[in-house]
Amino acid sequence: MAERDLLVVKDLKKWFPVRRSLGQWMAGTERPAVRAVDGVSFEIRKQEIFGLVGESGCGKTTTGKLVMKLLEPSSGTLEFDGMDVTRVTAEELARYRRNVQMIFQDPYASMNPRFKIREVLDEPLSIHKVGADGRERADRIARALSEVKLTPVEEYLDRFPHMLSGGQRQRVATARTLILSPHLLVADEPVSMIDLSTRAEILHMMKDVQRDLGLSYLYITHDLSTARYFTDRLAVMYLGRIVEIGRPDDVIGAPRHPYTRALIAAVCEPVPGKVSTCREIPIKGEIPSAADIPPGCRFHPRCVFAGPECAQEPGPELTEVGADHGAACKRLSEI
Amino acid sequence: MGSVLEVRNLRLYYHTGKGAVRAVDDVSFSLAEGETLGLVGESGCGKTTMGLALLKMPTPPGRIEGGSILIDGRDIVPLGETAVRRTVRWVKISMVFQGAMNCLTPVYTVGRQMLETLRNHKTMARDEAERIIAMYLGLVGLSPETVRRYPHELSGGMKQRVVIAMALFLEPRIVILDEPTTALDVIVQAQIINLLKELKRSLKLSFLFITHDLATEAEVADRILVMYAGRVAEIGTNQQIFGGGSGHPYTRRLLAATPRIHEKVSELSFIPGAPPDLLDPPTGCRFHVRCPEVMDRCRTEMPPLVQVEDGHASACWRCVHG
Repeated sequence: MAERDLLVVKDLKKWFPVRRSLGQWMAGTERPAVRAVDGVSFEIRKQEIFGLVGESGCGKTTTGKLVMKLLEPSSGTLEFDGMDVTRVTAEELARYRRNVQMIFQDPYASMNPRFKIREVLDEPLSIHKVGADGRERADRIARALSEVKLTPVEEYLDRFPHMLSGGQRQRVATARTLILSPHLLVADEPVSMIDLSTRAEILHMMKDVQRDLGLSYLYITHDLSTARYFTDRLAVMYLGRIVEIGRPDDVIGAPRHPYTRALIAAVCEPVPGKVSTCREIPIKGEIPSAADIPPGCRFHPRCVFAGPECAQEPGPELTEVGADHGAACKRLSEI
Repeated sequence: MGSVLEVRNLRLYYHTGKGAVRAVDDVSFSLAEGETLGLVGESGCGKTTMGLALLKMPTPPGRIEGGSILIDGRDIVPLGETAVRRTVRWVKISMVFQGAMNCLTPVYTVGRQMLETLRNHKTMARDEAERIIAMYLGLVGLSPETVRRYPHELSGGMKQRVVIAMALFLEPRIVILDEPTTALDVIVQAQIINLLKELKRSLKLSFLFITHDLATEAEVADRILVMYAGRVAEIGTNQQIFGGGSGHPYTRRLLAATPRIHEKVSELSFIPGAPPDLLDPPTGCRFHVRCPEVMDRCRTEMPPLVQVEDGHASACWRCVHG
């Protein structure tokens, strides 16, 4: 593990077993599984915003939950700040949870509606027994709120969540994670439910907080446009695996993997469009089920560049295609 | 091109215990045959209410307070419910609701719910209805055997296609699409957009395309109507709005807040504050509280919608004063 790395994920897998039918059981078929995350490796560096992008069902949220240790991995390891946290005792887990906090997608559902903002922010402190007395806790709460620019603080402390807009709630959600002074924030689609006009405001705020406090983020999203603007490095996932990884300028500016190219081609742009013509998206069909993953390269049935070797096992591994830029494709030299 | 839909000074208020919420307040526009008009704005600015008003089915306590909706030259506002149901709704104008794809009944097959919908509106023999269903499924790019599937067996894109097919059953010429691509993944979004463009051409439809996403509008809409707080802020062609000539500060700020994938920007801009409470909208221009270019006049007088060039109108005092 390099000095600069905060979190190292190695060959992480999460398989959800599926029930066999009676016929399958009698025939002795192996127990099938939904391979939601199927061998994912990446590292998040200190003070870095790392993005995980992909379509629904690609395993990005499951990866986030594995990092949060809300799910136990089927195999693979998680290393946080030099310590293996894959299998930990309850005490170590509590310490890990203080260091790694999460911002959820839905700011309307992630807060107890009967708690005032003061109580929302006090809860993590009481769970983790932080702060010697009420004064110190109040200080921490005020600091967290000013960190996310909800000032004057007194005006927000006694409000209920329903009195705030979506953007303000997402600020409170961020303040709640900051209150334990974590090192890593996992943000799963933090702005997808917020109006476009205020989305940038929240991303700004999150970036300011990250710079001010020197945090790292795992930013999970389906939205390539915000990922390009927001992240320092990003990985594109497809059916439980990373297909391309690198800096946004490389991955989005000069994509190498056919899937990344298709994703980018599908994004609409706010410039006068060709209204009357249909757009060519270089991809075939729809995403297969994670319970029935194609052999070889899992993207090959939809790939417009696929050759016979792409259906062969083993599938492609991530290979270096430039400085800090990797792609997993067998035909990189030909496309 | 004649206009198939003409809306004049339409007002729809929600009558709540605290007073009237002016969700649609004096909106006028027209929709030409074969045209896609994009309706954009933030949430809560009256886009969906507008769509429901055109079907003459406002959600209670909403009520159409005035104005007219002319479909093929006939005003439907004075019509009674029976007449609307028999001759207008779904027949002349239909709507694909936001999130409709998640409202398919999970316990019926797709075929059964399509059959039910169709035979509720038209008396026809079962095999005739099945033939029509197969035809529409083909039209939206689904195989005929989809009728035997349950909604959970279909992907989001396929369900959206089913819902679009159902909106076309009674051969309406105007279709209102409320956020038809919002909940879908980007690749599926692009496929649905392509499908809609093909349908529009082959069936000679006119679309009112409602979304909050300017990038999508740039791709699909011939003309754009920007709504703010229940009123028209700006209306113009795709080129006029997205080509850099937009005159309204609201449109320009919305555009600046839309991230672009092919441009590296260090700072995305945003619009501070939130849309106003329509129970008690601000005096003068409703955007003045959030507008960076606000003048004294904006605070007291409501700006009229004035023509700034051919086919391009803007409701901003800056456009009047130049």
